[in-house]
Amino acid sequence: MPVLASLQRWLFRLRRDEQLPIVLGQRRIFIVPTRAGLLFALVLVVMLVGAINYNLSLGHALIFLLAGLGIVAMVHTFHNLFGLRLTPGRVAAVFAGDPAYFPLQLENPRRQARRALEFSFAGQTASCVHLPAQGRAAVAVSCATQRRGRLDPGRVTLATRYPLGLFRAWSYPHPHWSCVVYPQPIRTPLPASSPTAHADRLHGDNGQEDFAGLRPRQISDSTRHIAWKAVARRTDEQPHLVKQFAGGASEELWLAWSLTPAGCGAEERLSILTGWVLAADEQQARYGLALPGVRIAAGQGDAHRASCLQALALYGEKPENDRPQ
Amino acid sequence: MARNLKTIGRSSAAAWSSAALEHGAVPWLLAVALATAGPHFAHLPWWLSLLVGGTLLWRAWLWQRRRPLPPRWALALLVVGSIAAIAWQFRTLLGKDAGVALLVVFMALKPMEMSSRRDALVVVMLGYFLLLTHYLYSQSIPTGAWLLAAIGLLTGALIRLHGGPQPVAAVLRHAGLLLAQALPFMLILYLLFPRVSGPLWGLPQDAYSGLSGLSDEMSPGSISGLIVSGAIAFRSRFAGEAPEKADLYWRGPVFDEYDGQTWRARALPASATGQPPVVEGIGEPLAYSSILEAHNQRWLLALDVATLLPPESTLAPTLQALAREPLRVRARFSFASAIAYRANVNEAPAILQQALALPDEINPRTRALAREWAARPPEKIAEAALAMFRNEDFYYTLQPPLLGANAMDEFLFSTRRGFCEHYASAFVFLMRAAGVPARVVAGYQGGEVNPVDGYLVVRQSDAHAWAEIWLSGQGWVRFDPTAAVAPSRIEQGIVAALPQGEPLPILVRLDSDWLRQLRNRWEAANNSWNQWVLGYNPQRQREVLSRLGWRDPDWRSMSASLAVLCGIALLVVTLWTLPRRLAVDPVQRAWLKYCAELKRRGIARADWEGPLAFAQRVARERPDLAALTDEAAGYYAELRYARGDGRDHKLRCLQQCVRRLPPRRRKRS
Repeated sequence: MPVLASLQRWLFRLRRDEQLPIVLGQRRIFIVPTRAGLLFALVLVVMLVGAINYNLSLGHALIFLLAGLGIVAMVHTFHNLFGLRLTPGRVAAVFAGDPAYFPLQLENPRRQARRALEFSFAGQTASCVHLPAQGRAAVAVSCATQRRGRLDPGRVTLATRYPLGLFRAWSYPHPHWSCVVYPQPIRTPLPASSPTAHADRLHGDNGQEDFAGLRPRQISDSTRHIAWKAVARRTDEQPHLVKQFAGGASEELWLAWSLTPAGCGAEERLSILTGWVLAADEQQARYGLALPGVRIAAGQGDAHRASCLQALALYGEKPENDRPQ
Repeated sequence: MARNLKTIGRSSAAAWSSAALEHGAVPWLLAVALATAGPHFAHLPWWLSLLVGGTLLWRAWLWQRRRPLPPRWALALLVVGSIAAIAWQFRTLLGKDAGVALLVVFMALKPMEMSSRRDALVVVMLGYFLLLTHYLYSQSIPTGAWLLAAIGLLTGALIRLHGGPQPVAAVLRHAGLLLAQALPFMLILYLLFPRVSGPLWGLPQDAYSGLSGLSDEMSPGSISGLIVSGAIAFRSRFAGEAPEKADLYWRGPVFDEYDGQTWRARALPASATGQPPVVEGIGEPLAYSSILEAHNQRWLLALDVATLLPPESTLAPTLQALAREPLRVRARFSFASAIAYRANVNEAPAILQQALALPDEINPRTRALAREWAARPPEKIAEAALAMFRNEDFYYTLQPPLLGANAMDEFLFSTRRGFCEHYASAFVFLMRAAGVPARVVAGYQGGEVNPVDGYLVVRQSDAHAWAEIWLSGQGWVRFDPTAAVAPSRIEQGIVAALPQGEPLPILVRLDSDWLRQLRNRWEAANNSWNQWVLGYNPQRQREVLSRLGWRDPDWRSMSASLAVLCGIALLVVTLWTLPRRLAVDPVQRAWLKYCAELKRRGIARADWEGPLAFAQRVARERPDLAALTDEAAGYYAELRYARGDGRDHKLRCLQQCVRRLPPRRRKRS
């Protein structure tokens, strides 16, 4: 139903937010009475009939006060969203099957607290946040993942019923964000490693077995190698020291598409490769990744692991900057 | 996509309301149940109050111990049992009292199965409804204040329910804020909402139980029973000077039938009374208006005798003003009365005949006395009777001895202690026995002016009975035998006439001045409350609107202006609660102003440019402004990023930099 869809796009202003922070203005906050609100209205009507029938003047006053309360509650529910500032944060990659968390930094410029803000993606569980007056808070909106690839969760539904639950106000912030979903790993034994071509580095200074001393940590060093004892002794020293190892088999492990069992589907192969990457990283081996059309040179460390996993996740996908509206 | 949206909305709504109720929200809901059901304990049967209180305590105990709720079948049993008990107690399930009892039971039992948020919402909505039922019993100022507090509590419960754990004080403050903002809407709606006068349908039998006042018959003790009540019967305000207290006879029911025990008003057929009553007032009529408390009778208690009646009322053949319907709500009436009058000089024979009727064979001694006087002219007979009351030792007391079958004989010749009803009935009996048409009139006598608001307040303790006889050529003439026995009753009121020790309501017998003043203030406040809040009916609404200069308002124009005013109020509330623009830091403001001035002079700071980087660029591109900009940027950077003293001085220097900028060059065309 293209007509209805475009009507909704116009009515709800369904489009991506280009400007940051996202500020919720009155044109993009929508509000309707909830079932509780309708029940409240019904109760008021019944009460009015009763008050007229028994000529209860004070009853009229009560009903009018409650009606006023309903109107005021509408304004307050609206203001619970109005003027809220949202800044999307960096999304951490997850494995397929785990929920992805999309972080939002919230900023409340007004002097009253905002309470019970519910963030959710369509059909997903909501997270609830209270924002102090003129304060900030962070919320991570969860989105279930099923398959690998780049996950676009769509718009966020930001809803609130606070204070009285008679009205539900909502807005559809839609930041540019996506999450890289790694394939779900399948753990199989690692393939056999092959000696590196560089014979001179066979007993180099970057082995994994013998402790060879400490050196200042570089960004690329894994946290696993931090010499915590040394750090604990001299807490003020920056950067931390990492343990350096030497010797051992400085062999290169090639995790190649071709090594996966024949007869597996593409997705299964990718899952097996993911399992290998994780296993190789755990063993602190030097490993490279070879996929059809993609080749990542052998390496080590968190950054290398991440680029391998990302290559597996995005295998066969279009590049990110191709954003369909 | 549309379907998608809709299902999302539904699933989130369902998820919200079926979510489990927070443990911390339960005490709020129990407080709601107690605050809305509790005040009904005053008029519920004791076992019901016990059941409700016990159930709420039980629920609180379960909450405190975090025990599971009782099984559903047990609750169902409890509900069915209490409904049956209510049906048995009230003999019905409809009606006002039974309905309220049912609602109270539901309110007490609902928390017992309260596990989700939806249940909690039902409790609060039921609470709002229960608040209304309190007004069926009382609409006094304290009830109004208590219920305002209760609305605050209920609203707080909703806020707590939707906003998660918060300090109690913060919740109540927020509820108070919401109520304060709702008040203007209430006032507008109260003033302008087109009022409909009820009832819309027949009210249950017990709707008007508990209204007190004069009854339509008089037997010994009926008026003295009323007199021990200090309740207000009505209030009046005279357009001019109020008459003397001794002239204030407010006419209620007229009794012309006696059966030896009880006086009754006999309903004569219209054909028997012949013509409508003819009243000829002597002197200037007194205009006044009265606000009558509901007494469930038709008489309007006009000052004897009414010459000008309010609409929808008539003057009965027995000369009292009658409303078309029994007075079931407090209402306001305007009259004019003549305290000196000639009424029904040509009285219908049927009425005169009725005014002579006596039951046979009782009170022989009284009849014998009357026969002695019968030869005299009627005025002399009346005077003889009054002289007897005045000169022989008759006493005025609220606690007379009981009288037997020959009540008049016993009263006149042995006990001689009695109250206005005894004197009035003995006098009328004597007159009738002597052949003079006479009847008993009940009503109120006197009243007391409340100096706070100037209203004359007439209480139930001012209830009185007197007599009137028909004299040819003069019509009906009032005689008050009580005045002969206790003149102070008529001139000063009931307190002066009764000896100490007689049972009178504490508020009627007020000796201390400040207590009396306090009571006067309280009653004046009640009077304005009654007129402006409780008595605000369709008629009063029209009066008020026309006083505001709005002639002839109809429901259409009222609804239109209602909508406009509510819209304005909504706008005001919206703007009031709008997030106010935060006060910009003065340092920031001064720097931005300086940058804005530079922009006018042709060099604009980019958003990303820091103060020092900007100063460097200015030095490159506009050497003429370099020194000043460098200075300003320096001050700004120090104020922003450095600690230290003399911030005020630096801020002033920064602000002065703006003023020290060279004037703009005009572009030459």
